[in-house]
Amino acid sequence: MRKMNMVQAINLALDQEMANDDRVVALGQDIGVNGGVFRVTEGLFEKYGEARVIDTPLAESGILGTSIGMAIAGLRPVAEMQFSGFSYLMFGQLEGHAARLRSRTQGAITVPLVVRMPYGGGVRALEHHSESHEATYGHVPGVKVVIPSTPSNARALLVSAIRDPDPVIFMEPKRSYRAFREEVSEEEQVMEIGKAQIVQEGTDLTVVSWGAVMRPTLQAVEEVRDQRGISIELIDLLTISPMDGDTISASVEKTGRCVVVQEAPRSFSPSSEIIATINDKALMYLEAPVRRVTGYDVATPYFGRESAYIPTNGRIRQAIEETIDF
Amino acid sequence: MIAKTCEPHTVDRQQPYALDLRERTFKISHLQILDEHGNLDAEREPDLSTEDLISLYRAMVLARAVDQRLLKLQRQGRIGTLPLCTGQEAASCGPVLAMTDKDWFVGSYRELGGRLMRGEPIENGFLLYNGYEEGSVFPGGERTLPVSIIIGAQTLHAVGIAYAMKIRGETDSAVVCFLGDGATSEGDVHEALNFASVWQVPVVFVCANNHWAISLPREKQTHSRTLAQKAIAYDIPGIQVDGNDALAMYQVTKDALDRARAGGGPTFVEAVTYRLMMHTTSDDPSRYQPPEQLQAWEARDPLSRFKSYLEAKGIWNDERQADLDAEIKQQIEDAVKAFEARKDFKPDAPFDHVFGTKVPRIEEQRAEFLDELRKESTDA
Ligand SMILES: Cc1ncc(C[n+]2csc(CCOP(=O)(O)OP(=O)(O)O)c2C)c(N)n1
Ligand SMILES: [Mg+2]
Repeated sequence: MRKMNMVQAINLALDQEMANDDRVVALGQDIGVNGGVFRVTEGLFEKYGEARVIDTPLAESGILGTSIGMAIAGLRPVAEMQFSGFSYLMFGQLEGHAARLRSRTQGAITVPLVVRMPYGGGVRALEHHSESHEATYGHVPGVKVVIPSTPSNARALLVSAIRDPDPVIFMEPKRSYRAFREEVSEEEQVMEIGKAQIVQEGTDLTVVSWGAVMRPTLQAVEEVRDQRGISIELIDLLTISPMDGDTISASVEKTGRCVVVQEAPRSFSPSSEIIATINDKALMYLEAPVRRVTGYDVATPYFGRESAYIPTNGRIRQAIEETIDF
Repeated sequence: MIAKTCEPHTVDRQQPYALDLRERTFKISHLQILDEHGNLDAEREPDLSTEDLISLYRAMVLARAVDQRLLKLQRQGRIGTLPLCTGQEAASCGPVLAMTDKDWFVGSYRELGGRLMRGEPIENGFLLYNGYEEGSVFPGGERTLPVSIIIGAQTLHAVGIAYAMKIRGETDSAVVCFLGDGATSEGDVHEALNFASVWQVPVVFVCANNHWAISLPREKQTHSRTLAQKAIAYDIPGIQVDGNDALAMYQVTKDALDRARAGGGPTFVEAVTYRLMMHTTSDDPSRYQPPEQLQAWEARDPLSRFKSYLEAKGIWNDERQADLDAEIKQQIEDAVKAFEARKDFKPDAPFDHVFGTKVPRIEEQRAEFLDELRKESTDA
């Protein structure tokens, strides 16, 4: 076991998958010689060469479109979008082809590929470098959307994403890239895509979150538990789509109360889907309305104001306490 | 041969400084082997067997007949909207004759003839244009991609496939990618040409300049005097070809494929042709198309000139034509019958092909869908 941050853990996943399977290729802007602007692909170019670690021209649609071709022809491309804010330029290829080739051909042509992209705020960056638009991708049938929250789940989920038979959007919470380290096994590790993880078991309240806000959420959960002796079940969603409704509804059946914490803008978002799922499956168990702590339906502000827009420990705590006291 | 004629000029420091383009510094070569009257440029006649020539002609005649039958079925309300390929048979059949089973066919929707040559059953078109995904695949079609409707997008897939062929060392495999004149305005096509050039992958772009993108004429699509010249910016050989001349289309594709397989990289072929029918069955070209332009192009039909050529070679006559027509008629009738007899459309098939893994959410929705369907059928 080695202590690693998320950047190192993702690098380990890429390195091991490239070593295991020569169909795996990585491509993107500045990912080769430069090792990626966040250094996630550092060392891979030297190890696997320019044919498998490809510094592409600056064109997002081109990166995904050619990845689709590579996947059709039997490679396992792992594409990088330099920032999620630039990924919309590849949306046509994703929605029109990556997501649909399987259904268009009734399974004869499939597109196993991964698109990695750093997303989310909190790093004092320029415009387009801070948003959380996972819902945009979660709404596309045929696409899986995965968001890790720790070095070890990032590593295991990425390995699973690379081996998955479907296109996977792998959104990396860039605020968590170097925020903390944890022990990550050198041994092969995978995690099932489409499964949420119960991080802490509890009986009085369910809290669901994912990505970088898992950290302030965990802190708030621990504070309320310690100060008020309340038993909280904390769920890390991990896969945005297809969403694991069963884990959430089973938890809410047990606790009767739920708070959802997300960085993304509120409307038409994963929290909307979580509440709809609870409505479908566990409504009669609810003892309080489901609360959510979210970003707002505004353009992600420049970083001068962003800290007030990302869910804070205070906002999360308040929602938890009000839901318990309802 | 292609590389030499299209070598782009590089910077010339002796050129007087000027911003006007009156002095063009490049030339685009043009290939025509069989003119519109069926006259042959004997020096350039491809080395094709009688069997190949007849199969090429047969493919074009079949494509025309299937296209016209599709139109009729649509007009009778027996199938839905579809794009028509009449007039553009040579632009896809010629290239496919130059391809092998190991090459990849990446098309758009205007290549019916080429698709049939790749082994696609006639029935597929009926299925596809009657709204069934079953028409997008066929046994043995692993290297023939389905119809791609999003303009230009498929060019990037072609480049990705070609990249895979290159790094896997499949040197006997290359990609032929079809697109239209309108597609050249799409960003994806720029990206595809650029990636193909940077990566030097084995791909041949066949751009069917049929003079129209729905109602937009070629000259409003781009101010460039040729589409072929666009390739120069990428240092890709760009050549203009008579797209209604099946021999020229065969020859240029063969040369470009040979080049690609030998590691020479991509080629861009502008096939000058014409859409003799409406864009799709929902379109009314009388709103925009000058009738005299249509007439002029009807005279340059790819089929009639090829027939004259075969006749002049002494390998075709009226009797053989009558036999062929009868045979094709029967073949199409059989396909229509098979299509209309088909009832095996699993209603919940779309749920089978969302993901490659079983997903509870999808399975729940499938159960709900089937339940609703049962209720509706018992109500009715
Ligand atoms: C990205 C995209 N935009 C618009 C359309 C609608 N559309 C379908 S065909 C077409 C014209 C295409 O022209 P061209 O590339 O010349 O091909 P042609 O139809 O002439 O074969 C348009 C605009 C589309 N299918 N895809
Ligand atoms: Mg056109």
